[in-house]
Amino acid sequence: MPVVDLAQTSRRELNSRLHALTLDTNETLWQIDNPGGQHALAVGVDAPITIQIRGHVGYYCGGMNKEAVVVVEGNAGVGVGENMMSGMVHVKGDASQSAGATAHGGLLVIDGNASARCGISMKGINIVVKGSIGPMSAFMAQSGALVVLGDAGDALGDSIYEAKLYVRGEVKSLGADCVEKSLDEEHRIELRALLDAAGLNGEVKVEEFKRYGSGRTLYNFHVDNAGAY
Amino acid sequence: MCGIVGLFLKDPSLEPQLGALLADMMAVLIDRGPDSAGFAIYGEGQAGRLKLTVRGGDLPGVADAISRSIAREVTGVVRDTHVVLSLPEVREEAVRGWLAVHRPDLTVTGVGQRIELYKDIGLPADVARRFGLGGMAGTHGIGHTRMATESAVTTDGAHPFSTGSDQCLVHNGSLSNHHSLRRTLEPKGVTFATDNDSEVAAGYLTWKLREGASLSEALEDSLADLDGFFTFVVGTENGFAVLRDPIACKPAVMAETDRYVAFGSEYRALVGLPGIEGAHVFEPEPARVYAWERH
Repeated sequence: MPVVDLAQTSRRELNSRLHALTLDTNETLWQIDNPGGQHALAVGVDAPITIQIRGHVGYYCGGMNKEAVVVVEGNAGVGVGENMMSGMVHVKGDASQSAGATAHGGLLVIDGNASARCGISMKGINIVVKGSIGPMSAFMAQSGALVVLGDAGDALGDSIYEAKLYVRGEVKSLGADCVEKSLDEEHRIELRALLDAAGLNGEVKVEEFKRYGSGRTLYNFHVDNAGAY
Repeated sequence: MCGIVGLFLKDPSLEPQLGALLADMMAVLIDRGPDSAGFAIYGEGQAGRLKLTVRGGDLPGVADAISRSIAREVTGVVRDTHVVLSLPEVREEAVRGWLAVHRPDLTVTGVGQRIELYKDIGLPADVARRFGLGGMAGTHGIGHTRMATESAVTTDGAHPFSTGSDQCLVHNGSLSNHHSLRRTLEPKGVTFATDNDSEVAAGYLTWKLREGASLSEALEDSLADLDGFFTFVVGTENGFAVLRDPIACKPAVMAETDRYVAFGSEYRALVGLPGIEGAHVFEPEPARVYAWERH
């Protein structure tokens, strides 16, 4: 198992080594020591490997990830898993702002809390937060699902397109055009699968969640507003 | 951009290391603010005496000249472009008057029983080294690395800002209503040395504290009266507080252990602190005042 000590090795060298891996690599388990809150760790990886980062990380950890499983044994700074395409990023502590921003696919699991703008402009990623999320989360979210076991802050799902938001706790307020919707069988199945994928097999009841999504009133120009011009 | 660091010690055995720890924290945040830097340190104080931190050139001899001129015991410690004058509390007016007449080229950057406040242009690590921050002791300190946006790269624009005795503030962000706020504060007797937006925030808190508000209350009120982006770290003689604007525009990470409370714009700045592995590391919530006090 490759072990990279970031107290000795530069971040650029680590990322270069990770980028050099091919899809059929045999080096499938990496351990990263002493991350020290550095930014841009394990970004742009495109190989089916597991990367265990032992400590807190800075901004954009696991950004643009494809295929890899990135595990952060600590907190993550701004933009963890931003723009990821597939694979999984798992933060065992808290995540800062804009977790999973603009991401197209894969699974982001945050064991602690995520702060503001979690899932902003998400485009297909699934995000499971075991704690609570901050204000303005899922802003302009387009596709994918955001599952929150705790509470959501102000303006959840403001200007949302078609992502699905499942929240178990309190929602402080909904943003423009975000509305509560019915939790049907198809949603319970999806939610169950996401909870299972996040390692919550059977611990959490899907019936305890409420579903939120787009009211679709912002999709088209409303003629009543014509007088504004 | 801009970088902020702050360290508030709970464990007195760490006090001799305060400056060294703060200097290392500041050096990490050079890339958030490479143009100037500053810091405030709350060190030893003496009852009945004040420290006046004065900035400018040709500093050796200033303390002696004041002593001779106003016939009171005034001593000075010169550190690069700053001198910290120690004087009897009752002589503050006289000393300020002497400076205004005889050395109008000098600027008072801070005053208080314990605060010393240094700032200059240059890379933060160089600034810290020139002032000997690494050798300073104290109970708490706040540092700033600046990337100028709202005003010029000058020492006047560097943080921290101090507008009241033993008070200081550092700011990451920019305020939109500082001109109008300045106009409401000046008639109340709050004076400003620069045209900087952050100094107005400091002046606002000074006014609130003077009106009897606690540090927490003053910061709570600022949420209604200040418009703009901010993460503030504020120091008083015995207090240390943090506040972020309601949308948390600027980054902040905190760490707390039995021995200290630490603040950094990024976690990287906290990595070198003793026992950081076991610290409670968290992101302060928007629009929530975090305050600690020494008793």
